[in-house]
Amino acid sequence: MLLEIENLTLLYGRIQALHGISLHVNEGEVVALIGANGAGKTTTMRAISGLRPVASGKIIFDGHDVTKVRADLRVIRGIGQAPEGRGVFPGMTVQENLEMGAYSRRDRAGIAQDLAMVFDLFPRLRERQRQAGGTLSGGEQQMLAVGRAMMTRPKLLLLDEPSMGLAPMLIQQIFEIITRINEQGTTVLLVEQNAQQALSRAHRGYVLETGSIVKEGSGQELLHDPAVKEAYLGVA
Amino acid sequence: MDFDGLVRDFPDLTTTGLEQGAIYALVALGYTLVYGVLRLINFAHSEVFMIGTVAALGTWQVMGYNQNSSVNGIGIILLLLLAGLAAAVVASTLTAVAVERVAYRPLRRRNAPPLAFLITAIGASFVLFEAVGLFSDDLGIGGQRTPFGMVDVMQSETLVSIGGWDITNTQLLVILSAIGMLVALDLFINRSRLGRGIRAVAQDPDTAALMGVNKDRVILLVFVLGGIMAGAAALLWNVTYAFSRFDVGFLIGLKAFSAAVLGGIGNLRGALVGGLLLGVVENYASGLFGGEWKDFTGFVVLIVLLMFRPTGLLGESLGRARA
Repeated sequence: MLLEIENLTLLYGRIQALHGISLHVNEGEVVALIGANGAGKTTTMRAISGLRPVASGKIIFDGHDVTKVRADLRVIRGIGQAPEGRGVFPGMTVQENLEMGAYSRRDRAGIAQDLAMVFDLFPRLRERQRQAGGTLSGGEQQMLAVGRAMMTRPKLLLLDEPSMGLAPMLIQQIFEIITRINEQGTTVLLVEQNAQQALSRAHRGYVLETGSIVKEGSGQELLHDPAVKEAYLGVA
Repeated sequence: MDFDGLVRDFPDLTTTGLEQGAIYALVALGYTLVYGVLRLINFAHSEVFMIGTVAALGTWQVMGYNQNSSVNGIGIILLLLLAGLAAAVVASTLTAVAVERVAYRPLRRRNAPPLAFLITAIGASFVLFEAVGLFSDDLGIGGQRTPFGMVDVMQSETLVSIGGWDITNTQLLVILSAIGMLVALDLFINRSRLGRGIRAVAQDPDTAALMGVNKDRVILLVFVLGGIMAGAAALLWNVTYAFSRFDVGFLIGLKAFSAAVLGGIGNLRGALVGGLLLGVVENYASGLFGGEWKDFTGFVVLIVLLMFRPTGLLGESLGRARA
């Protein structure tokens, strides 16, 4: 097991955002976490990457308890994240944004190799190399956010709503690239409102409702589950 | 109003203005760097500057030079400048780091509201200058709460004279060093890996953490950089005025802060533009209305300018400041 979350609770002030959720991600999997707005998906991601302190429970990554490890050190251990809203550094060029992903790495050869790999995945980014991140379109920014997370050379890639605000064609493209990244050996945990795409691409999935996991199963099982269909896939 | 005086003294007022403005600019960088990363005005930065002036003065005294000494020979001048610079930079940097550790970091750990930071900043400022004022006698740097005299390291003499425009050796030293320091800092922020880390935290602290940037280390770094700049400013101040006081930081700090806001707080180049502009405007005003109107006019111009450009002249954040 690459990632294991045990009984995680998290508070925003006095409001409990997560009510003891448990989930796991095996090495090599794509796991989707679906749920409505405010269900706690982004909160779960921020807890895993260390941006939000947890109230109780455990986060075990790659065999180590990282619950109390600082966010910047979790990156070094192999948790890479493309955050919600993309988090592109607007005043930095595309190239600089990608180099930020390699901030704590020292292996020049490996960095150059990964940069080539990212440009290979997203040829668009190569064309925009010298352009400021803030001037990119939404789709390009999403590519940059995913590419930048890949520059941390993650064992586990966390993607928070990669399809948000994108045109249908671009959504298709982003998900194809996620599958490719996974096939090249990176484990992916994906948070999505676009349940259809996410579940059809994922090996397994979890359904999150108001801070609790209410269902889990393989991507196909969830995709055909009547309750999931009604609530998240827009079919009765 | 003395238009003739302004016209007659125009060249001199300009160079004096640029000289003072250069010192404002160096101090302003400290405000702007810390603001860019923490969105916090480090009001104790004025004392970071003051401690620098006192450290250089103390070092010169230990070396056997006080207000009654005269300095002869380029070798001795260089030695005193370098020793003073080293002392001022070290003392200012240590002060800046101490302020961050004692006054800010504990509050950050507890997620204190911004007002709490403002109060500890002002508190740290008072504690530092009052301490220097109270102990200056015991330390032998001057009477208790009085002005401190010191050796005039570099006798001011005209170096270049173009038409009626005289530029002295100290003016040239001050203006060129300030510009040199700013260029070096600008290169560091825009080209180096650590500089990129600073810009990342300034633009988006959470995402910076997701890139593996240690925010505490970046914060420490901006305080160190601000301290180095303030230390350099302190040496240049000593060379220009051969005088300091326990509360010398108050007005300089206020003007440097204003210069930073004038140029666009969070913007490094804005600090230079704001500093030089404030220095020059003040001096023109003193030529026009008389010396006692200097501060009055400087701040009136600040207020009027901010009415029309609330974000300052170059108004961008540290993170976005790129050529």
